[in-house]
Amino acid sequence: MDALLSQYIDAYYLHLMVLIGINIILVLGLNIITGVTGQLSMGHAGFMSIGAYTAAIMSVHLAFPFWASLLAGATAAAAFGFLLGLPTLRLEGDYLAMVTIGFAEIVRVFFLNFEPGGKAVGLSGIPEHTGFTLVWTMALLIIVLNAKLLNSRIGRSFYAIRENEIAAEAAGINTTRLKVLAFMIGASLAGLGGGLYAHYMTYIAPQDFGFMKSIELLNMVVLGGMGSIPGAILGTIVLTLAPEMLRIVAEYRLLFYGALLVLLMIFRPNGLLGDIRWYDFKKRWFNKGVKTWPS
Amino acid sequence: MFLEQLVNGLTLGSSYALIALGYTMVYGIIQLINFAHGEIYMFGAFAGLFLVTLFDVNIFVALLGAMAFCMVLGMLVERVAYRPLRGKSSRLSALISAIGVSIFLSTLMALLRGTNTTRYPEILKIHTYHLGPLELSSLQIIILLVSALLMIGLQLMIQRTRLGKAMRACSQDLDAASLMGINPNRIISYTFAIGSALAAAGGVMVGIYYNAVWPYMGTMAGLKAFSAAVLGGIGSVPGAMIGGLTLGVLEILGVAYLSSSYKDAIAFGILILVLIVRPQGIMGQKITKKV
Repeated sequence: MDALLSQYIDAYYLHLMVLIGINIILVLGLNIITGVTGQLSMGHAGFMSIGAYTAAIMSVHLAFPFWASLLAGATAAAAFGFLLGLPTLRLEGDYLAMVTIGFAEIVRVFFLNFEPGGKAVGLSGIPEHTGFTLVWTMALLIIVLNAKLLNSRIGRSFYAIRENEIAAEAAGINTTRLKVLAFMIGASLAGLGGGLYAHYMTYIAPQDFGFMKSIELLNMVVLGGMGSIPGAILGTIVLTLAPEMLRIVAEYRLLFYGALLVLLMIFRPNGLLGDIRWYDFKKRWFNKGVKTWPS
Repeated sequence: MFLEQLVNGLTLGSSYALIALGYTMVYGIIQLINFAHGEIYMFGAFAGLFLVTLFDVNIFVALLGAMAFCMVLGMLVERVAYRPLRGKSSRLSALISAIGVSIFLSTLMALLRGTNTTRYPEILKIHTYHLGPLELSSLQIIILLVSALLMIGLQLMIQRTRLGKAMRACSQDLDAASLMGINPNRIISYTFAIGSALAAAGGVMVGIYYNAVWPYMGTMAGLKAFSAAVLGGIGSVPGAMIGGLTLGVLEILGVAYLSSSYKDAIAFGILILVLIVRPQGIMGQKITKKV
């Protein structure tokens, strides 16, 4: 399938599409933590690097089959998600954000000094197992599962925690367990994305997973519209392609990227799809009644 | 040995404290993590460098010039990138906007000056004084004195002047303050100006102390200063000072006695430990949640 595609599609576009697929998996994970449950996490790249390094080390040093190492990466990340989820019981808002930043930085410094991971040089020679087909099959599967999850009892409890934690608790939701669960699901998706990334790029280094990577992922969630799956996907596509499109302006690329973020937030403060509800469209299209002024 | 490290730590810590003050003051009033603050600090360091290399001024003039420049820059950033968002969007959108400004400013400086480190020209004859077992350089004395002066000045301004009173009122309740005839937009603007000036002072002094400035110096310094602000209890001015000094001292001691390759992890590790034990930071007040 991949061979067939590469005959018809330019390698560069194929590469971009694979990156979008991987980013969608990562962003949907962060979306569950930050967008849906409302726990500001600015250390998503930390989970991603745990998944990437675990999977890569198992493939390279221990010669595990690809699937097993991918699964191990996701599990390891989920375990750290559990650990990082625990402080959320006591911390909230920006204190939590700071803890997640600190966590990601500690993970990065750890891998900078981690012998089996090749220290600052990074780990190369990871077998290439990931291609367009695999990434997008996974991404579609995860989108569907995500939609199912968010519509379930658990997903609705997540939204309830975001909207009002005290009210959610009063309504009988075990907020503690659900917040930790949100962190675990989000982290495992990040770990999965990291594993895929490692087996696609065949080379990883600690600086790939720095603070800016976490910020980039957070931007995608917020830009698309908090907590909405179509929003997260759109945000991912726009912000993965934006730096590529901005290649025409060469070294001014990041300058425009920064300005773009500011402008988008000024003109679409709730994200691209944040305040659009399908319900409104339905009502507009199927409304046969007389138009009245909005009350 | 220990005393020397303690002084080194206090020197580093006072620069963290100066940056942390800007974070905490802005946060206290509009609950925004001003991610561009680290970049303002970087611009301050470069403004000082510019003054020193082109006009050959002494350290204090460079300090004042950089502070004035960053005051304007801070107010400009607030006007362009934060004010249009205020009131109509969530705090998270403002945060993303701040991140956009941060990327914009650091790239701008990288384009103007290149990504390499620039050395500060030697503008100060450095003497070393011996006080018993303690070795102090004149530069360290200047840094500690200037930081102390700035912090005392800030504290006096907040407690004694009309502007300080207005700032305190705004941080308690923005709406009520504006009903009392305070123009909140102007106070917020001044807060950014003061915070940015303090960061600029930190930038110039760190630039001279470590003899290096580069366009991406703001990111890590900003993160550490923010964690200092959180450590002290975000929104609290004395908290930011204490948090900055604590973090600086512990970081230097950690490097000296534990391991230097984990330098950046130490600060964050301490922060996480403190927050788990005391979730509101050292000086922060515990806010009871009300329905």
